[in-house]
Amino acid sequence: MGDILGLVVKRLGLGLIILLVISVIIFFMVELLPGDIAQAVLGQGATPENLAALRKEMGLDQPALVRYLHWLAGAVTLDFGNSIVTGASVAETIGERFANTLFLAAYAAAIAVPISIVLGVLVALLRNSIFDRVANVATLTSISSPEFFLGYILILYLAVKTGMFPAIASLSNDMSFGDLLYRTFLPALTLVLVVTAHMMRMTRAAIINLLASPYIEMARLKGAPPWKVIVKHALPNAWAPIINVVALNLAYLITGVVLVEVVFVYPGIGQALVDAVSKRDFPVVQACCLIFAATFILLNLAADVGSILTNPRLRHPK
Amino acid sequence: MIKSKDVLLKIRDLKIQGYSDETWVDIIKGVDLTLHRGEVMGLIGESGAGKSTIGAACMGYARDGTRISNGSIEFDGMELTTASESERRMLRGSRIAYVAQSAAASFNPAHKIIDQHTEAPLQYRLKKRLEAQEDAMDLYERLRLPNPKEIGFRYPHQVSGGQLQRAMTAMAMSCRPDLIIFDEPTTALDVTTQIEVLAAIRDIVDQFNTAAIYITHDLAVVAQMADTIKVLLKGREVEEAPTKQMLDNPQEEYTKSLWAVRSFQSPQRHRPKDGVPLISVRNVDASYTGGAKVLDDVSFDIYEGMTVAVVGESGSGKSTTARVITGLLPPSKGEVLFKGKPFPPSYKDRTKDQLRQCQMIYQMADTALNPKVRISEIIGRPAAFYSGLKGVALKNRVDELLDLIELEPSKYYNRYPPELSGGQKQRIGIARALAAEPTFIVCDEVTSALDQLVAEGILRLLDRLQNELGLAYMFITHDLATVRSIADEVVVMQHGKVVEQGPKDEMFTPPHHPYTDLLLSSVPEMDPNWLTTLLEERGVDNVGDAAAARIDPNDPKLSDANA
Repeated sequence: MGDILGLVVKRLGLGLIILLVISVIIFFMVELLPGDIAQAVLGQGATPENLAALRKEMGLDQPALVRYLHWLAGAVTLDFGNSIVTGASVAETIGERFANTLFLAAYAAAIAVPISIVLGVLVALLRNSIFDRVANVATLTSISSPEFFLGYILILYLAVKTGMFPAIASLSNDMSFGDLLYRTFLPALTLVLVVTAHMMRMTRAAIINLLASPYIEMARLKGAPPWKVIVKHALPNAWAPIINVVALNLAYLITGVVLVEVVFVYPGIGQALVDAVSKRDFPVVQACCLIFAATFILLNLAADVGSILTNPRLRHPK
Repeated sequence: MIKSKDVLLKIRDLKIQGYSDETWVDIIKGVDLTLHRGEVMGLIGESGAGKSTIGAACMGYARDGTRISNGSIEFDGMELTTASESERRMLRGSRIAYVAQSAAASFNPAHKIIDQHTEAPLQYRLKKRLEAQEDAMDLYERLRLPNPKEIGFRYPHQVSGGQLQRAMTAMAMSCRPDLIIFDEPTTALDVTTQIEVLAAIRDIVDQFNTAAIYITHDLAVVAQMADTIKVLLKGREVEEAPTKQMLDNPQEEYTKSLWAVRSFQSPQRHRPKDGVPLISVRNVDASYTGGAKVLDDVSFDIYEGMTVAVVGESGSGKSTTARVITGLLPPSKGEVLFKGKPFPPSYKDRTKDQLRQCQMIYQMADTALNPKVRISEIIGRPAAFYSGLKGVALKNRVDELLDLIELEPSKYYNRYPPELSGGQKQRIGIARALAAEPTFIVCDEVTSALDQLVAEGILRLLDRLQNELGLAYMFITHDLATVRSIADEVVVMQHGKVVEQGPKDEMFTPPHHPYTDLLLSSVPEMDPNWLTTLLEERGVDNVGDAAAARIDPNDPKLSDANA
């Protein structure tokens, strides 16, 4: 087990270095955006003196490198500065929204991951049957439709026509947990539809890939029934690719949900990012990008550790 | 041994089809087989003869892409071809068990050995878990596995190949089946380990009076194991007879040709009295990145036009030595000399002319040839690279090389490797090595993946090329029969060290280094009493790993061998 701990520490260190590189890219990409931030804040009528004063106040008169180091020093302590537009602390503004996004992602994942793995095992068991084909077509249809389209379809049928669920996922602080689940059901369902196909097909492929292995034939020749061959003999060896795809989809659930949030007016981080870009609120943009990058790195790390933990060769060394 | 005469398995006019090129073709073309209770039948033949397919069919099982198209398989009065899938499944593991070729690949890496062992008895509700585990330990003990109480609780990758193969035999015994199908159970093992497994299998099959079908391509092995032998060729039976009769007096031409395979012998050459060796390995140590030492002070010479066979078990450092000579793995100590001058340790620092001198032929021609590249290009590339040939000159050179390896140029020039047979592919590998016009070729187990007749063809070809072109070979092999037929000198390796070396005739006459002795005496012989005699001489607990471990490292011959 000590080896695994060492590996995690090594990977975390590597992740930090990657994050540092990304922070450089994010900072200077925002820097490259055309236009002048002071001008954008003060509008067309600003006098040169006002512009200069504001630049000085925001530190824009200093060289980019100095500003980057200053920003980085803050980011390390989760202080991303203040929003240019509202003046409020960035950490506070997006902190709550990030929590909302995490909640929605967890909600969707809690439904999607078990469903896709169970479905994946089932279609592997019943491969090339009608059930396999129907499941494939259905999930492929949902993955190939744009998520805003899926969202509107769900709103049309489940909210507008039948009124079973609210079309707008507005949140308030005094909602009960059940109420919260009810109100955010439609965006969560949209996300489930979007990510299920990928995970299910990977589970199916990973299992079927193993069916040609000698130990699967051995299991069959020991008289194991087909479900046992799949669940007991193939699945435990198929976790590594499945875990990786799950991690990739979890990352998508957190970072790729802008459209769904817009459709359902859900106060998540994706919407915050879109607003900030259009208003040129660059501290918010930078903070969002950094959070997304960190999410990707952490989830991939988790996937690597998960792959190792499910591999008996690595878990029980000679 | 008394064997009852009840018929256990009766196969009549069995035909099995395989799906290829979008049609079903017959791969088993009408085979009959009758097996009595407690009888051991050896099925032998070359690859493609259909041995394994018949073995699986005995369990009513058709592998993916095959189907049983005709005939009857009657197991203890039950017709398997018309039985339902679940009825057939109920026999598998309980009344008919299977032992696969590679235990390392056939044990599920995700579960402990004993859990896989108890799976069938638990599923058939023959035993409770603890009972089944007790029984497993008992079987492990009978099969003379070390630490029988504990070994089952390990994962397959934590146990050696020979032990796994015995554990798999124990697993097949878990429900005390009437019939076990052994599908090449020792083919993947070293000779010394093979004995342990053979002895264990024979013992346990005797103890429980289990009938068995023993599939192999190794005649000497089947001679030890089987009561009767059935010879197959391309999906048909050639002949069947009791073992002794089959060995002494084969009737069919094909069987006689199989028996005669080991006849090829190239006359032994001797070192020139004074001369510089072509390749000289001097005190080489080597290890892979961060690993322990794989080679420890290895030294030997290879003279021009001679064949040096390097023998030893898997993991003894044979292939690593080849990697050092070709520059793929720079040694951590020592050097390689070419005609007395040092060879740069890494291939990256060698000149084109130095690179051309050492070529390689690989064990698996299948994977060593790019399946998407035409034969003309596979052979043409090194010819163009080393000799700068172009256009018509290049084509002529490729034709010449194809002629040299006895493949008709016009027929093979534009073909792709997957269209060729195993032996033809290996010939292409040889032509590719020759294209560089080398003086020295490393042959890494080049015949071990081939059937005996085909392998003999390759050996004859290599021998002819050596005489015509004056090539030197380093012949890596674990097959001592191959050594006998082609080598001039022999180097024996164990644990990364050279334990003995010398001219072939000396190596095959006693006294030997104890390890060489162990290797030589472990090679199965055609005499059906060979295994029995050997076990009597050595004692059942002194074969394989155990015997290797008993070699005294302070034996005076150890230092003599390298002197």
